[in-house]
Amino acid sequence: MFLKRIALAGAVSLMGSAAFAACSYENEVPIKSLSAGFEAWKAVTDAMAECGNFQAELDQEFRTKQPAAFEANPSLYQIGGVSNGTITPLLNAGTIRPLDDLVEKYGQNLSPNQLIRINGEIMAVAMMVNTQHLMYRSDILADLGIATPTTWDEVYAAADKIKAAGVVDYPLGATMKSGWNLAQEFVNMYPGHGGQFFNDDNTTAVNSDAGLAALATMKKALEYTDPEVLVSDSTYVQQQFQQGKIAMANLWASRAGAMNDEAESQVVGKVAMSAAPKATADGAPATTLWWDGIVIAKNISDEEADAAFRLAMEGLDTEMVSGANDAAIWLVSGYQPTDIAKGAIETATANPAPPAYPSTTQMGLLHTALGNELPAFLTGERDAAATLVAIEEAYTTSAKEAGVLK
Amino acid sequence: MKFRTFAAFVGPSVFMMLLFIAAPLISVFIQSFQVTQPILEQVEVETCTPGFLTQTCTTEIKTVPVLDDNGKTITETRWVGLQSYKNVLQMDKFWAAVGNGSWNDIMQIDFWKALRFTLSFTLLTLPLVIGVGLAIALAVNNATRAIRGPIIFISLLPFIITPVIGSLSIYWLFVGDGILTAMMERWSGQNISMFAQAWTIELLMYFYRVWHVAPFAFVIFYAGLQTVNMDTLESAVIDGASRWERLRHVIVPHLMPLIVFIALIHLMDCYRVFEEIVGFRSQAHVISLQWLTYDFMTPDDAGNRAISRASASAMLTMIGIVFLLILPLRRTWRDHKGSAH
Repeated sequence: MFLKRIALAGAVSLMGSAAFAACSYENEVPIKSLSAGFEAWKAVTDAMAECGNFQAELDQEFRTKQPAAFEANPSLYQIGGVSNGTITPLLNAGTIRPLDDLVEKYGQNLSPNQLIRINGEIMAVAMMVNTQHLMYRSDILADLGIATPTTWDEVYAAADKIKAAGVVDYPLGATMKSGWNLAQEFVNMYPGHGGQFFNDDNTTAVNSDAGLAALATMKKALEYTDPEVLVSDSTYVQQQFQQGKIAMANLWASRAGAMNDEAESQVVGKVAMSAAPKATADGAPATTLWWDGIVIAKNISDEEADAAFRLAMEGLDTEMVSGANDAAIWLVSGYQPTDIAKGAIETATANPAPPAYPSTTQMGLLHTALGNELPAFLTGERDAAATLVAIEEAYTTSAKEAGVLK
Repeated sequence: MKFRTFAAFVGPSVFMMLLFIAAPLISVFIQSFQVTQPILEQVEVETCTPGFLTQTCTTEIKTVPVLDDNGKTITETRWVGLQSYKNVLQMDKFWAAVGNGSWNDIMQIDFWKALRFTLSFTLLTLPLVIGVGLAIALAVNNATRAIRGPIIFISLLPFIITPVIGSLSIYWLFVGDGILTAMMERWSGQNISMFAQAWTIELLMYFYRVWHVAPFAFVIFYAGLQTVNMDTLESAVIDGASRWERLRHVIVPHLMPLIVFIALIHLMDCYRVFEEIVGFRSQAHVISLQWLTYDFMTPDDAGNRAISRASASAMLTMIGIVFLLILPLRRTWRDHKGSAH
C-alpha cells in the first residue's frame, strides 16, 4: 500500500482547469474532490473540471485519507469518490450527508439503480460497477480447442493444456500480492464455496469446510502462476496480460479497457471476458460485486453541498460516458456495453448472483487478518487447517481491541 | 559561560527535543497501556447495492459506532495493562512452539518472525558496511590526487538516493523479467525468480543496504584517515611492517572511535529497517519490526487501526534498540572517562 502511495504520488494530479468547454453552466463555488485514481475517475473529474473552480485529487491511497479529511470541520473535500468497501468508515463516523433533496433538485438523469440507499436515505450516487471476472486469451483457447472455462476446475484443466502447449510463460495470472489483494482472492473464493464470514455473535466462521475448500482452490493456482505471484497486484497482472505472458486471470473489470490500449498492449483484440469462474458447479461465480460512486461531505455549508452535487451530476452525465465508454461498466445513462463489458454483465446477472462485498467494521478487520495470515499457507510454511486457526486468532485479537468482540 | 548565556543557547533545542521527542514518546508509552474503543451498538440496516440492471437490497444487523449530538463518535478509553504487549508478543504461542522445539512454529508468530529478520539484518550488514566503507576509504586515500574528486563523488551517489526510491529501483531491476534477472537467466540458462522465496529477497536486502550505507562509513573513515599520525606510520614502515600490519596495528586502532560511532548509527538505523520491506513487497516472506508497527497503524477499508498494538510494538522496538546499543555505548563511555583522567 505504501508502495502504491509512492508510485502514485506523481499521479495525484491537481487539475484546476480554466476551460469552460462543454459545461452547461459556470461553477462559482470552489469545489475539491478526493477519489481513487483509475481511468473512470479521471474521466469523471475531467468532465467536472470543465465547469471551472474545481480541483480533483486522484489518489489510489484515498481510503486512508478520506475518513480524517471528511471528519475535519469544514471538510477538506466537498466531493468524495468511494466504493462499497470504503464508504463504511464515512457512514460510521456520520461525515457524509443524505442526498435526497439534492437528487430531487439536480438528479433528473439518474436512474433509480444508481441511488445507494441506507435505511431509505440516499447516501451515495453510484456511477459504475466493478467485479473480478475471467479474462482470457481467446486466440490461445481457440487454437487449443478449449471451451471458455466456467468453473475453477475447468480453469485449471485449461491451464494444464496451455502449460503443456507452452505458448505463454505462465497459463494463469493472479492478484495475490500479500495483504489486501490476496485477502480479496479469499473473499471471492470463500462465499463461492458456500461459506459465511461471521457468526451472529461477530465471531468469524472462516474456520470451516468451506474455508478449507477455498484454500485448496487458491493453492492449486500456484502450479500455473508466476512463482513471484505473492508480489503481483492488479497492475502487474494487467501488464503480464498486455505483454502476452499469461493466458488467463480473474481480474478486475476496470482493467479490461487496458487490454485494447494500443499504446501499451501487444494483445489488442485477443483478450475476451466472461463471467467469473464458479467454485462449485451449481454455485454463484466466485467473486464479489463492487460499485464506485460519489458522496458529499456533511461538514460543509448547504450552498457548497448544492454546488458540489450539481457539479458531480455534470461529471456523471451522458456526455462524459460517451467520451469514455470503455473506461468502466457505467451505470450512467448513455452507456453502450461493448465486448469488454460482457464478462462483468454475465457475472452480475448470473443466477445465483455473487454477493456484494460485505463491507462492515468486522469485515475490515477480517480482511486484514486474511491478508497477513494467508501468505504463510501459500509459501507452504503452514498447512490449511493451521492457517484457518491463525486467521481466526488474528481476527479475534483485533476484534477485541476494536471493541467488536467482548 | 554564564548560566543565562548557556540557557539561551541550549534552551531552544531542549524545548524542541521535549516537544518533538519526549512528548510523542510519552504519549506512545501511555497509549500502549490503553485501548480506545468506540461505543458500538447493533442496528438493523437496509443497504441497497446496484447490480447491472436492478438493485438488490439486503437487511442485516450491523455493528456501528454510536454518535453524539455533534456527530462525533463516542469513544471510551480503558487501561488494559500489558494486554497490548501480550497481543504483540504472543508469549503463550511462543512458549508452546519452544516446547515443541519447532523453529518453524516460532517463525509463524509475526513478532518473532520480524525480530529474527531485523536482528540478522542488523548484525550481518554491520561488519559488511564497516568493511566496505573502510575499503573504499583506503582505496580513495591511495588513489592519485587527480582522480580523487570524481571517485569520491561516485562513491557517495548511493547515499544520496532516497531509500524508498533506491529499494524500488532494485525491485524493478530484479522482479519478473527485470533487466538483471533476464541477464542472470541468460548466463545460467535457468528461470530465475528473485522474489519467489525468502532467501533471495533477504540477499537482495542485505546487498541493497550495504550499497546504500557504505558511502556514509566511507566519508567518516576517509576523514579519519587524514588525521593518521604520519610519524607512527613512517616508523612502522622503517620497522618493516607490511601493508596489512600497518593497517592492523596503526590505522584501525586510530579509527576505532569512528568505527564505534558508525556501529552506533548503523545499529540504530538498521533496527528500524522498513523501506526494503515495502519497496520489495516482501511481506509474504520477510517482515521487520518497523513494518509490523506500520501494519498495525494502517487503517483498513472500514477505518480500523490497531493503535494500542502499534504503540506496544513501537515501544518494543525502542527497547530492542536500547539493548543493541548498550555494548558500543559502554565502550564509548569508558573511552570518554579514560580520556578525562
